[in-house]
Amino acid sequence: MTPSDTHRTVDAVWRIESARLIAGLARIVRDVGVAEELAQDALVTALEKWPESGIPDNPGAWLMATAKNAAIDHLRRNTRLTRKHEELGHELEAQQAMATPDLDAALDDDVGDDLLRLVFTSCHPVLSSEARVALTLRLLGGLTTDEIARAFLVPEPTVAQRIVRAKRTLADAQVPFEVPRQAERAGRLASVLEVIYLIFNEGYTATAGDDWMRPGLCEDALRLGRILAGLMPDEPEVHGLAALMEIQASRSAARVGPSGQPILLLEQNRARWDQLLIRRGLTALARAEQLASRRGTYTLQAAIAACHARARTPEATDWAGIAVIYAELAQLNPSPVVELNRAVALAMAFGPSAGLAIVDALTAEGSLAAYHLLPSVRGDFLFKLGRFDEARADFEKAASLTRNVRERDLLLERAAACVRATRS
Amino acid sequence: MRFMMIVRANHDSEAGILPDETALAAMNKYNEELFKAGVLLAGEGLHPSSKGARVKLSRGKRTVIDGPFSETKELVAGFWLIQVKSRAEAIEWASRVPAEDMEIEIRQVHEASDFPADSEAIRKEGELREQLERRPS
Repeated sequence: MTPSDTHRTVDAVWRIESARLIAGLARIVRDVGVAEELAQDALVTALEKWPESGIPDNPGAWLMATAKNAAIDHLRRNTRLTRKHEELGHELEAQQAMATPDLDAALDDDVGDDLLRLVFTSCHPVLSSEARVALTLRLLGGLTTDEIARAFLVPEPTVAQRIVRAKRTLADAQVPFEVPRQAERAGRLASVLEVIYLIFNEGYTATAGDDWMRPGLCEDALRLGRILAGLMPDEPEVHGLAALMEIQASRSAARVGPSGQPILLLEQNRARWDQLLIRRGLTALARAEQLASRRGTYTLQAAIAACHARARTPEATDWAGIAVIYAELAQLNPSPVVELNRAVALAMAFGPSAGLAIVDALTAEGSLAAYHLLPSVRGDFLFKLGRFDEARADFEKAASLTRNVRERDLLLERAAACVRATRS
Repeated sequence: MRFMMIVRANHDSEAGILPDETALAAMNKYNEELFKAGVLLAGEGLHPSSKGARVKLSRGKRTVIDGPFSETKELVAGFWLIQVKSRAEAIEWASRVPAEDMEIEIRQVHEASDFPADSEAIRKEGELREQLERRPS
């Protein structure tokens, strides 16, 4: 093997093993920042040794053994310095872990719990939303700071600093490395799901820049969602989120035109929807609905996405059914964005006037004043009602509000269509 | 990116001999690893080629040839479809398949986005829909 082959293999091993490695180490040292450094050190050792010795048969176990030795050294150093009782306890735990004859089996036993602890710690509410996203991609997704920086179009030092600060915040706040208990659990799980969906959405509808989508981030989020579904098989909303992402991702190829412009859902060529992802999404949705006594936010959104996925043609869409699910969603989680979507569904089911009343109320209420989709939807209703001048004004307003270049072009094109319609 | 890990047939798979309990347990554990890592999209094992057939289309003419087929090593016995970050990761997963003797071929799967959207077809579909919408209901 050439050095570059080894390097690629080490990268791949890192991608597969890093989360488990960091999670296992964090249980020993009780600090995710230290755990990650130890895992990184083990990786550096691998990069030095493997080109000579060859790749070990079980590279994950090799990295874990190397890192555990370093973890124990770390604890001994700390113990000598501080002589804290609790750390002596950790040392004992660490020694017990080392004494396990079959490291691989020991890993299998605990790794699920450790990973889950790592998930909850990375998405801890003490961290800002940006920090949670960066830390989750770093610790659980196995991405380098450079990869995260490129995905979010920010300079690498910004991401590096964000991660360093996040680790310090967790240490300062003495966030325990554990899965939250019952009372806290629902809220903390919501934070985890939010982080994963944020990552997905950043990839699915890039909020800034020239590209409409950054598929790499969608795949990272899907992978995280699938991992979480394996770790928490009895949580309905975990499956709901997985279902939502699978179904949305199924449309990736259809929602971008030949020159990179976005194609709206109803104009998409459904033959380009990925049937495998749709099937996976519908299966996950069924699991979520089976587990839940009352459908949660992600499950409801997935149910809406499923209505579209099941329709062979746009005309076959069950819009009245979708409007009902939006009403259920609004009950659970009252939000002007949900109302806006309900307006769209009602308009599709019963005509643009049915939706316009809701949209006008939302416009008057004002909380969505900076949201480009409100004037964009209103413009669409007005256009269909033949009120072209008002429609043009709304499309232009929407164009001035969006930060996505592609979307702005699309909205200006619709405004121009209003002008043409007025003339004809 | 997606990769297909294609398992080549061997004498046993072509004879319809299923793997023994130990081998099956190891394979289940491996599948679980793929699932837990969030990379497994699909995977199937195939019956021997004796239960299959080949359909040949030549200058528009159709010929059906029943199995079995002789070139065992060229045949496919099963596959996994995985979604990973790199070719190296796919290779790493393939090298972890629990088998003493097995040849696994790794092929990257085209994404629909690799092909240009057929704008002509989309345009035609749009026209068709417009006609449908204009139709008195």
